[in-house]
Amino acid sequence: MAWTWFHRLASPPHVYRVAGRLTPWLAWPAAVLIVAGLIGGLVLAPPDYQQGEGYRILYVHAPSAWMSLLVYTTMAVAAGVGLIWRMKVAHAVAASCAPIGASFTVAALVTGSLWGAPMWGTYWQWDPRLTSELILLFLYLGYMGLRSAFDDLQRADRVSAVLAIVGVVNVPIIHYSVVWWNSLHQAPSLMRLGKPDMPASMFVPLLMMLAGFTLFFGALLLVRVRGEVLSRERAATWIREALRP
Amino acid sequence: MNNSGAMGRDSAEPLRESEAAGSRGNASAVPHAWSPGEGAVAPLTAARLVLARDLKLAFRKRSQLVQPLAFFAIVTMLFPLGVSPELTRLRPMAAGVLWAAALLSSLLALEMLFRDDAQDGTLEQYALSGSSLTWLLAAKTAAHWLLTGLPLALMAPLAAIALGAPGAALPGILASVAVGTVALSLIGSVGAGLTLGIRRSGALLSLLTLPLEIPVLIFGARATELAIAGEAYGVPLQLLGALAVLGLTLAPLAAAAAVRINLE
Amino acid sequence: MPDLCLKGENVHLWRGDHHVLRGVRFQVEGGECLQLTGANGAGKTTLLRTACGLAYPEGGEITWCGENIRKDMHAFHAQLAYLGHEPPLKAELTARENLYYWVGVRCRVERQELDRALERVGGDHWADRPVRTLSAGQKRRAALAGLTLMRVPLWLLDEPTTNLDVEGQKLVGALIDEHLQAGGVALAAVHHELAVSTGQGLQRMELTVE
Repeated sequence: MAWTWFHRLASPPHVYRVAGRLTPWLAWPAAVLIVAGLIGGLVLAPPDYQQGEGYRILYVHAPSAWMSLLVYTTMAVAAGVGLIWRMKVAHAVAASCAPIGASFTVAALVTGSLWGAPMWGTYWQWDPRLTSELILLFLYLGYMGLRSAFDDLQRADRVSAVLAIVGVVNVPIIHYSVVWWNSLHQAPSLMRLGKPDMPASMFVPLLMMLAGFTLFFGALLLVRVRGEVLSRERAATWIREALRP
Repeated sequence: MNNSGAMGRDSAEPLRESEAAGSRGNASAVPHAWSPGEGAVAPLTAARLVLARDLKLAFRKRSQLVQPLAFFAIVTMLFPLGVSPELTRLRPMAAGVLWAAALLSSLLALEMLFRDDAQDGTLEQYALSGSSLTWLLAAKTAAHWLLTGLPLALMAPLAAIALGAPGAALPGILASVAVGTVALSLIGSVGAGLTLGIRRSGALLSLLTLPLEIPVLIFGARATELAIAGEAYGVPLQLLGALAVLGLTLAPLAAAAAVRINLE
Repeated sequence: MPDLCLKGENVHLWRGDHHVLRGVRFQVEGGECLQLTGANGAGKTTLLRTACGLAYPEGGEITWCGENIRKDMHAFHAQLAYLGHEPPLKAELTARENLYYWVGVRCRVERQELDRALERVGGDHWADRPVRTLSAGQKRRAALAGLTLMRVPLWLLDEPTTNLDVEGQKLVGALIDEHLQAGGVALAAVHHELAVSTGQGLQRMELTVE
């Protein structure tokens, strides 16, 4: 019946096993795609007619920014599943996502800042994308801070789940308002690359990096979820069996 | 391992029938029937009572109401002292200063929204009242806005004048801050609900609430800025209103969910 | 009127790693009172909060009149009154005002009923003073007055005799007696035996710490 697989999916020992088996299937393709993407982007792709060689940091910046949003959405969906269907494992997934997402956000900010520095002359400008990323970082920090404020893990899970859902609804609103704010004033903006005109040799490595980063996130998430499940279920009996070498 | 031991009944069996027979005619101090429909209260009435009670309570502790306003005034004052006394230099940043101060004051005022009720068990009684907790929390947030947001909106024009705004701008400033503080109270109620059980939650509450309030700040400051410059401020004001309406529909739901979880 | 019965079947609840409720089973019918005893931390308050739906059990279920309480929580809550450790009174309002708002959110309450209820608990002299000026016992009596005003069949009481003198404890017993006589159900967590007249359906259950 349909519900049995759903409940089996929720069982911690099952998740522990499956996550362990699945990790290499995500990790290796991720490594290949990232290496290929880096070679394609840093070496093979032609220089941008406007920015020269400096634009190449896009190949790390854009996937990082994309991932920071994807991870937040994943976190919110997992949190929602845990909240509505009371699935402990879903909460473990949400908890595991947060530090990964925050790291991607920091990476996006740092690479964005490095990218803009030669053009702007300073390491920071209130560019809409960077500003949105900064706000997203605060959303992540808020989520992690709220989690750590509770002693009771179950309450921490559920309260932070509400926050994650509220956050994910707000992210588009915040982004729109920041873009609107930025458009009112003629501040220098970052990525005015000819995106529609991007030749394939530029575009393909970017896609590879995006796919590679996504798979990398998947693999990293599985590893973290396993650790999270172990930590939460430490009193349970199946742990001893599972950890037998 | 069962922990319900020693369950004993005091000769209840034979007595129950006779007592049931007797109780119908027993018109003692409990003369009413128990069908929940009778005497039940409409959600709007319950909400109105909650609003009335919060307002009455606030007026009994009037001194507390002044604090967020005093804070607003002090923060506004910091900018001329930190930057320059010249009104020509203050006027361009007046809108931003006003709104930053308004956000911070509204954060300070959030303390009074749920804290007292959570501590004395009133919030629990609301959750158990049979009425929708969402409605009751919406009523509390409405009372909170009337007690903190509206006074702030009335004070904002005065602060704006102190920062160099012309008299003609006052209606626009009042309108934008009034609508904006509605959204701030609503978003704040979610943050307050999330941090209910946490001691010394001030910094965490700010970290949670301020990012969510940024759109309000952006649209509100723009509307105020246009008003000060004497230009049409309808567009950002409408966007601000949209945020307030969105908050009105979604925030009490989220706050109720957060409160229920914290009551578990 | 359907047969009143509050039933808990195989209720399990964890708080973190602590298995607080381990397969608790109880059944209280109309006219009966279940008296919960146990050491501090045994789970009496947790069981009461689970029975009224505030806490969510990991296993087992609570039913009221044959239906799981989670099915229609609002309707279930409309039929119960819960009195926690602290009387839910605002310090700045008078006892009378407190009752008016507290009970009024749930059901219409007339002025005469308020007066009668306050009189019953001995509150005629202190009913119009701010609650912060009242003693703990008087606050408890005011809460009991609110209980009688709520006209609900199910009472869930957490240590209802706290801070009450001997007279007050007799009052609690009398109120529960009347409630049971009218066919109501009561669940009370206590440290001492309730002064309920035996001959009513009085059950006892002791909870133990793990």
